[in-house]
Formats: sequence, C-alpha cells, structure tokens
Amino acid sequence: MADTAVHAAHDVGHGAHVTSTGLSNNKLAMWLFLGSECLLFGGLISTYMLYRGRVANGPHPNQIYDIPFTSVSSFVLLMSSLTMVLAVSAAQRRNDQQTNLWLTVTALLGATFVGGQVYEFTAFYREGLGFTTSLFSSSFYTLTGFHGVHVTVGVIMLLVTRSIIQKNRVTGDKAESVEIVGLYWHFVDVVWIIIFTLVYLIPA
Amino acid sequence: MAIIERPSTELEVSITPSVVVPSTTLGNLRRPVQSTGWKSWLFTVDHKKIGIMYGVFAMIFFIIGGVEALLMRLQLAAPDGKALSADLYNQMFTMHGTTMVFLFAMPMAAAFANYFLPLQIGARDVAFPRMNALGLWFLVVGGLVLNAAWFLGGAADGGWFMYAPNSGPVFSPSNGVDFWTLGLQIAGLGSLIGSINLIVTVLNMRAPGMTMMKLPVFTWMILVVQFLLVFSLPVITVALVLLMFQRSFGATFFDVAQGADPLLWQHLFWIFGHPEVYVLILPAFGIISEVLPTFSRKPLFGYPFVVFSGAAIGFVGFGVWAHHMFAAGLGPVSVAVFSIATMAIAIPTGVKIFNWTLTMWGGKIWFTTAMKFAIGLVVLFTIGGLSGVTHSVAPSDTQQTDTYYIVAHFHYVLFGGMVFGLFSGFYYWWPKMFGKMLNERLGSWNFWLMFIGMNMTFGPMHILGLQGQPRRMYVWTEARAGEGFFNFGFWNLISSIGSFVLALSVLLFLINVVQTARKGKQAPLDPWDARTLEWITTSPPKEHNFDRIPTVHHLDEFFHRKYVEDEATHTMKAIATGEEIVRNEEANAESHIHLPSASYWPLVLAIGVGVLGLGVLYGVPIMVLGAAIVLLSSFGWVMEPSVAEDSDYDPPAGGTSKELASHG
Repeated sequence: MADTAVHAAHDVGHGAHVTSTGLSNNKLAMWLFLGSECLLFGGLISTYMLYRGRVANGPHPNQIYDIPFTSVSSFVLLMSSLTMVLAVSAAQRRNDQQTNLWLTVTALLGATFVGGQVYEFTAFYREGLGFTTSLFSSSFYTLTGFHGVHVTVGVIMLLVTRSIIQKNRVTGDKAESVEIVGLYWHFVDVVWIIIFTLVYLIPA
Repeated sequence: MAIIERPSTELEVSITPSVVVPSTTLGNLRRPVQSTGWKSWLFTVDHKKIGIMYGVFAMIFFIIGGVEALLMRLQLAAPDGKALSADLYNQMFTMHGTTMVFLFAMPMAAAFANYFLPLQIGARDVAFPRMNALGLWFLVVGGLVLNAAWFLGGAADGGWFMYAPNSGPVFSPSNGVDFWTLGLQIAGLGSLIGSINLIVTVLNMRAPGMTMMKLPVFTWMILVVQFLLVFSLPVITVALVLLMFQRSFGATFFDVAQGADPLLWQHLFWIFGHPEVYVLILPAFGIISEVLPTFSRKPLFGYPFVVFSGAAIGFVGFGVWAHHMFAAGLGPVSVAVFSIATMAIAIPTGVKIFNWTLTMWGGKIWFTTAMKFAIGLVVLFTIGGLSGVTHSVAPSDTQQTDTYYIVAHFHYVLFGGMVFGLFSGFYYWWPKMFGKMLNERLGSWNFWLMFIGMNMTFGPMHILGLQGQPRRMYVWTEARAGEGFFNFGFWNLISSIGSFVLALSVLLFLINVVQTARKGKQAPLDPWDARTLEWITTSPPKEHNFDRIPTVHHLDEFFHRKYVEDEATHTMKAIATGEEIVRNEEANAESHIHLPSASYWPLVLAIGVGVLGLGVLYGVPIMVLGAAIVLLSSFGWVMEPSVAEDSDYDPPAGGTSKELASHG
C-alpha cells in the first residue's frame, strides 16, 4: 500500500511529501477505491432488490431471517467502528501500545461478525436455502458473501497493520496508515447498515 | 533501475558493481536491480517502460483482432461463404469485439496515458509505480486467459456484450464464456488499479504552477476517462461475477425458468458499456487536441470549453446506457428520458468539433501524417456522430437495432475516431518515445490507405443495414441479395475489399516502425515545434524524466518558453529553440534523485491471480496454488519499501557527486 515514491533526496526522512492537493496519495487512492466499491455494492444490492421476492420452491426471506441474531452481530460490527476510531486517535497521539490494542479489538469484533455470518449461512442452509435454490437465495448469498469477504479482508488488513506497527516496519506515516485502514473499515460498516436495512428489516 | 541521478554517465562502469548492495525484499531474496535486458522490463516500475509494454501488447492484439475481422469479411464477401462455420463465425465476432475494446483500445490508450501523463504534468513517475506495473500485468494475464479459450475448447461466442441468458450454459456450452468472464474480471481489475493510480497522479503530482486549468488537454481527457473507469468497471464486475457464479457454481441469476429477469444483464452491462464508449474515444480526443494546435501553429481554440465539454461527456455518459436497449421493451417513459439524454450528449461533442475546426481556422497548417490523422478523426467522427444521433431517436433506432447500420455507426466513431486518434498519436509522439522520426512518406500512404479503406469497409454498411442486413449474420444467399443499388452482394464485396485495404495500411505502419527502428532518421529534440511539457526533456526521456522539475507559468508552457508576444506587432517572436531550452535544463540538473525501485511482486501477483482464476474452471487444487502465490506476493509487496532504502544509494567511497550510480 504505502507506495508513494518519487521525491527528491531532501524529502527523504522528512516523511510527508508535498502533493498538489495537500491530500496524501495513499488517502486519495483509498477514497477513489471506496468510490468504486460503492458501485460494486450498488450493483449487488440492486440485483438482490430485484430478486428478493422470487423464491421458487425455496424458503421465503421472512421465514428464515433471524432478526434478533443479525441485530446483535450488526451491533458488534458497528461497535468495531468505534474501536477503530479509538485506534486512529491513539495512532495520532503516537501511542503505539494503545493503537495496537484497539486494532486488535477491532479485528476481533470484525472476526466475531464474520463468525456470526458463517453461523447464519449454515443455519439457512440447514433450513433448505442453498446457493442454487432460488433467485432470492443466489442473490442473498452473493451480496452478503461479498460483504463478508470485505470484512475478512479488513480483518487481515487490521492484523497486518498491527504487526508492522509492532515490528516498526511502517514505511509511511504511521497514523495515516491506520487512518486509511480505518476508512476502509468504516466503509464496510456503512455498507452493512444499508444491507441490514434493505435485506433484513424491510420485508420482502 | 533505481538510480541516484548525477548528470555524467562516464564513471558508471567503474563504480557500479562494487557499491550497490540491493536490500532484500522477502526473506533473503534480493530486489531486482537490472537496468538492461529482459529483467529490466519484466520487473520495471518505470512508467515509460510500462507504457511501451502496454503499447506492444495492444498492437499485438490489434493485429489478432484485425485478422478476426478479415476472416469475417472473407466469409461475407460472396454468397454462401465457406471460410468459417456458423459456430466459428460466432466466436470470431465475439472475440473481435472483445479484443478490440478490451485488449487493443483500452491498453493502447493506457500506453499513451502511462507514457505521457507524468511527462505532461512535469512528474518523475506516477503516484504508485508498483501498482502501475500490476495494472499492466493484470491486463496481460487477463488477455491471455481470454484468448486461451481458442485452444481449450473454443472461444466465447455470445457477442461482445454477452447477453445473458443467451450466454448461459444452454446456448454457450463450451468453456469460452467462462474464460471470457474470468479474463475480463482480471483485466478489469488491472484497469481499476491503473485508473486510481492515474487520477492520484494527475491530482497530486503536478509540477509547481501546473494548475488544473493549465493541464494539457490530453491529460485532462485521460483524467476524465479514469473517473469513468473507476465508477463503471465495478458494475461490469458485478455482471461478470453473476454470470460466472451461474455458469460455474449453479447460481440462478439468469435462469428464466426460475423467474429471472433477462434485462438484469443488459442494464448492468450497459451501465458499464456506455461510459466505456467514452473511455475509448476521449483519449483520442485528447491526442488530437494536442496535435491540431501544434500543426496549426495556434493555441487550442477555447481550451476551457474543450476541457469542460470532455468532463460533461463523461458525466452525461453515465445517464444514457438504456439507449442500447430501446428494442428491449423498457416502456415509453424510460425510452423518452434516455432518448433525450442521448441527444444532449451530442452538444458537448459538437462543441469539441467546433473547437477543433476553429483551431485550424486561420492557422498555418502543417500537413504532417499526425495532422492528417487528426483531421481524419474530425471528419470521420462527425459522420459517426451524426449516425449516432439517428439512433437516439427511439422509433428510428427500433428499425436500426441489430442491423449493419449499427455496425457502420460504431466503426465510424471507433475506427474513424479512436483508431485515427491513436495513429495520430503514434506519428506525433514517436520521436519523443524513441528518438527517431517515423517515415512521413510511408506515413502518408498509411493515412490515405486507411482513410479510403475505412470508408470502403464501413460506409457500405450503412446501406446494408438500412436494407435490413442483420448484424452477426454469418452467411447470405444470392436469392435474397436484392437488386440494383441495394444489392447485398455488391456492397458486401466492396466492404470486404475495403477491409483488406485497411489491413494493408496497418501493414505499412508496421513496416514503417521496423524501418524506423533500423535506419530511422535521428529526431531533433523538438521536431514539431510542440507546446507541452513532455518536449522539455530529451528524446527518449531519461529514466527520471526531467533533469530539473519545470515550474509552470502558462498553459502550453514549452511554447511560451520558446516564444514571447511582440508588444508592437502582436506577433509571436522566437526567443529560444526547443533544443536550447532542453540543454539549459540539462545544465541546471538537480542532483541526487531517488526513483522508485523495481519489484518482482507485481508480475508474480498477477500470475497468481491468473492461476486463481483458472482454478474456478480446473478445480480447487489450482485455486489453492493461485491463492498461495497471491498471498506470498502480497506479503512480499507490503514488506518491501517502494523506494529502495537509503543505504542502497550511498555514494561510492571517494566518488564525487557527479556519477550516475545505477543498480546492477
């Protein structure tokens, strides 16, 4: 990730490079990537919305969703955004120990959410909702599965960030690296709020 | 690769081997440091080498796609064509379209963008050099996967827009479509990475004084294109994923028996597909916006209008996709809205045509080959644009849908527009990229043959289409060819002859390239009396692009360093030649420049993703292998500083600050 590279020698060791906009390259790139991701989830969500009532002979969404359970795992994911903020704040105060602590907690909360999703998928499968059962099932698993993969990638990013901070191998600005991972993490959270509302809360 | 730049090269040999100890990249593996030979290309992160590789790659696929087109024209040249079977014909038009759009046009635009965008904004490289290499290798791997299908059971055969459910397992039983979805996903990932990289580069790495409204128009158009890509590629990715899940894992997205909506694919595809059209044409617009002023000896007429109309085209381009679906039964309101939006797009496009025309108006026109191609674009694109407006009228479009009239239209805008623009770029920038002039006489032949060939090939298709010849028809019979002016046979034959004229013109270009490489005339530093920053350095540019980062005071900075306005007569007076300016920059070179260092990981990562993709078709073990390669290379990447550590650069003991210390 940290990949900004072209500079004259006098910049070396001073960390921040001057960019034309004042925004760092890495942060700008992450924002652009997230912009692109909006359209990715936009496409997947549209597909789901189109197909959510088309259940063929399989279970109907209202029959299988376990709203209390998913609410709890959504809450866990939302709380992880809070701990992410605490990690960024600690990083900006240059407190490595605290940063690492909150990064770990965030990763754990994220992993809990993914675990919940695995449990949920298993339960749905047992109730007869396979990936190929109906248009609804295919689009449900694809949408939430894509989100789950995004959370998993986020957890890996958090753990990698944590370990390179610990080993002191961060190539750029440390606080900014944490902040950029945070941007991704919050994005994945926000997408979940939309998915949770559209998929689970609004009846099909 | 990574070098500390100090102006003289003489001492290089004596110091290199002993001083440079490349740092490790993963475990005990040392970073690649070669600056010559094939390794210096495979592992490079230099935007110029990457640009050239994009170009070579695109040119190879231009030839492949061209041969596919020739085979189709052979088949249709006479009644009851025997050159291709129906099945093979389906594969040909599918792969011709796919290859030309994804493996020729986009990479060739990326070639120019990669090479010239940093030069035009006065930067030493792009923002993310390794990602830049990764984008290239994704594209190469994607292209190989796409075309591997030819040898592994038949290529994709559903047409370049691959409408589902028609592209499902029932109607496309071969693996072709699977390779197609995989190849495009991988290539698309490469484009996405490349586009994010280029946007950050333009926004963040401009030379001092280079405000957005002083950016060369080519750079502006490329910037607009990258925004189009960032927001449209994810949508086709969704479509490709859905299709892949359906074909490989039994998902039901396009299974009409289950109640699937056949419009889903069409919408997803064209939400990407229409912006894609502008992705293809805007780089060509950018190129001729450089070429026309240079060879008219005038500044571009209405620079802000050209810039903002380009941005407007990009913006409105996202709201017109359904005009590809007028015959699909969307209902009158949708059709009316998209019809009007489509007409609206003609306005900014028309603005550009007027700007180019008025740029030439009253100029001292220099008819070089580059200029001829640029003028060719203005003429041919206008014709294609006008037939495009006829499509925006929905009732008329309903008649034209899926006829050769459509084929004629988009070849006028894409061949007459985009390809002519790219060829203009070849002739204009060749001396910059390779330090040698392409032969102008051969170039002139190239232009005229291409111009005639293009009109012979695609002009008759208007008539064929209005007469009702359907697109993708693999054979026609004498009995149904009709009579007189509207005789299928006559126009099909003309079109086929034209396609071979086109092929001849491309062949002439290739001969020109080979001749130039062998015994081409050394190019002067400023052969065209050019206007923009890329000419303020040597040809070809040094690895670090600029000896001194230029400070920009004007639009067309280079021109304003050569000429000042004479107050009394209001004419431009030469104060320095381009050559003198470049030499002056060399004399005032900055010392000690760090450049990004080469890396193995972009190439390895791209190969890993390719293997991972093939795993979808050939089983889990291959997938696991691919995933392992991806994981390993990602870690190598993250742990490797993009610029080799300072210790790598330490000047040799006793050395002065005047050598060029280069790794390996």
